[in-house]
Amino acid sequence: MNSRAPTRWTDGSMERLVAKRYAAERRFKFFGLAAVSLSMAFLAFLLITMAWKGAGGFTRTEVKLSVDFPRSDLILDPAALKGPESAKAIGAAGLDIMLEQAAVAQFGQGGGELLGGASVRTLGERLIEDPDLLTRRVDLWLPASSKADVAGKGDGDPAIEALLAKTDHRRRLNPTFLTSSDATDASVVGIWGALKGTFLTILVTMLLAFPIGVLSALYLEEFAPRNRWTDLIEVSINNLAAVPSIIFGLLGLAVFLNFMDLPRSAPLVGGLTLALMTMPVIVIAGRNAITSVPPSIRDAALAVGASKMQVVFHHVLPLALPGILTGTIIGMARALGETAPLLMIGMRAFIASPPGSITEPATVLPVQIFLWSDEVDRGFVEKTSAAIIVLLIFMLLMNGLAIYLRNRFEQRW
Amino acid sequence: MNDKTNLTPNPAPSTAIAAAAAKDQRETMGGPVVPEPETKADSMGVHATVFNDPDPSGSIDQDRTPKMTARDIHVFYGDKEALKGVDIDIHDDKVTAFIGPSGCGKSTFLRCLNRMNDTIPAARVTGTIELDGENINSARMDVVQLRARVGMVFQKPNPFPKSIYENVAYGPRIHGLAQGKTELDEIVEKSLRRAGLWDEAKDRLDESGTALSGGQQQRLCIARAIAVDPEVILMDEPCSALDPIATAKIEELIHELRGRYAITIVTHNMQQAARVSQRTAFFHLGEMVEYGKTSEIFTNPREQRTQDYITGRYG
Repeated sequence: MNSRAPTRWTDGSMERLVAKRYAAERRFKFFGLAAVSLSMAFLAFLLITMAWKGAGGFTRTEVKLSVDFPRSDLILDPAALKGPESAKAIGAAGLDIMLEQAAVAQFGQGGGELLGGASVRTLGERLIEDPDLLTRRVDLWLPASSKADVAGKGDGDPAIEALLAKTDHRRRLNPTFLTSSDATDASVVGIWGALKGTFLTILVTMLLAFPIGVLSALYLEEFAPRNRWTDLIEVSINNLAAVPSIIFGLLGLAVFLNFMDLPRSAPLVGGLTLALMTMPVIVIAGRNAITSVPPSIRDAALAVGASKMQVVFHHVLPLALPGILTGTIIGMARALGETAPLLMIGMRAFIASPPGSITEPATVLPVQIFLWSDEVDRGFVEKTSAAIIVLLIFMLLMNGLAIYLRNRFEQRW
Repeated sequence: MNDKTNLTPNPAPSTAIAAAAAKDQRETMGGPVVPEPETKADSMGVHATVFNDPDPSGSIDQDRTPKMTARDIHVFYGDKEALKGVDIDIHDDKVTAFIGPSGCGKSTFLRCLNRMNDTIPAARVTGTIELDGENINSARMDVVQLRARVGMVFQKPNPFPKSIYENVAYGPRIHGLAQGKTELDEIVEKSLRRAGLWDEAKDRLDESGTALSGGQQQRLCIARAIAVDPEVILMDEPCSALDPIATAKIEELIHELRGRYAITIVTHNMQQAARVSQRTAFFHLGEMVEYGKTSEIFTNPREQRTQDYITGRYG
């Protein structure tokens, strides 16, 4: 028998305290889990509604129309369609009037409402492809007008819905959404112009902000003397990262457009402005990554006689690169989704053709989304959601690439 | 020269390398070597070194030119004086040990010898340190070359997170010591052999240096230091992060490298100082209290503080 007097650890008085500690831990875990679940639910809600609404934007309603070309009023020489002037010949032929007549003839009063800009464009393309169509009567599947498209998706004018119900129609993937640009007619708009503008803008941002940011971080962390000036610079950079983005837009407007006279609405100016905004983020992330490189690696390189420069570029930079890339991803993702500064430098203009270079007028995806969300035409609603999906996919791809690069450069020590 | 036949360092299996080392030593120094017989190759092993005394007179190393000399070295970290006037000579055929309690300035002094203190912005060094008669702090001395000539091994093994081969090849590569791949391969092999790592590493040269065990990593760091052909090797508590077996291997390695390079070792471990060194300096509170033959410091110290430290009264 153990005859020792009970201590506070054996007489049960501590048990209550211990139980309390465990309860606190369980509570904390529960709240953490609840927070994570809530945010996951919001994310899922966002993605699902977006996919639900946006999916329609990638499809279009097509109407079957039979056109008897020889009998119509259309005056079009098949020979003219084979030359380089074909687009001009189609434009001058008055296809829209002919289509309207054919539609009224087939669908009755108001039948012209079912066809719009996209129908004309598709018919023109078909004719250039196959001029022999002009010699006979053909049945054609033509994309419906924006109104009819909305009606076909069950959300439009009841009169048009009724009209559409009487016709032979179907839903098909919209091949032009990814290849065409902004337009006033919702049935012919596409995302390609904005996507290309985004690509060019981000390219300019990346090419400027990444090297300048990384080199600044390296210089400040490894070479700069510690004095009042470097302290001032450090504080300024930290403050810059917190400046509202629209201020950068104003800065871009004042410096790049008014002072330097660079072309308005161009990806070049957009990229420069976003680079101003992104650089501080990269500098801060870069400095953190550089400081976290263990000093023993620096010592090791110095002790075999590496110069400061060799230490930095052979050892510090490669080891800091994963961290720098993480910071760059965050900065780039922010730049990619930025709208406000780009509005200030004129990238909200109506741009109906994709930019050919970084100095041509362009718009970017977030601004395009903003512009479409402002449109009165109901056809733009699902186009907006579809554009958001494209933007999110673009972001995912960029982040995926960055994560791949980061893992490739990741080294253990 | 009382004991030429006992030149062979222990332990026995490394006699071939040791003989090669002795030969190489003669070549590199270009003159007759004055080896200090320090060990007997009997059954006693590393842990029982017998100190023979080649200069019985009181003052040591009087008429020999030291490899490095330090005179009146003061180091300040901001306002704090970490070293208060240290004078020391380091000889190229000796292992010099710095012992003393933590924070006594021995590592600080070691870092003065290859100007690693330059990397600490707050540190200020005064006094003169000469390498072969040349002031290492003068404008004429290039710090990159100095650090190639005075290599360093650190307390914690710090291989680069690269392959074993790249770790060793890095120094020769940046200094342009090798013409082409084959020569570089030779340097890597020679350095790894000298560091006693070749047999363990030859089949895994492409593996990361950080995948090795602690003791192997430290030997890799020694190989990396050797690869640039230094004249002096500074070791800052090279065994404090290692187990006894790895420690014994490093100590054995120090024996083998002695003569080829001037070796200076900082250690907390007095037995280690006694085992590997021929000269010992005792530091205390930023002062160098006593410097002399290891045998004398440990058996017959002149200063009371040394006596107290080695008998374990403090530290």
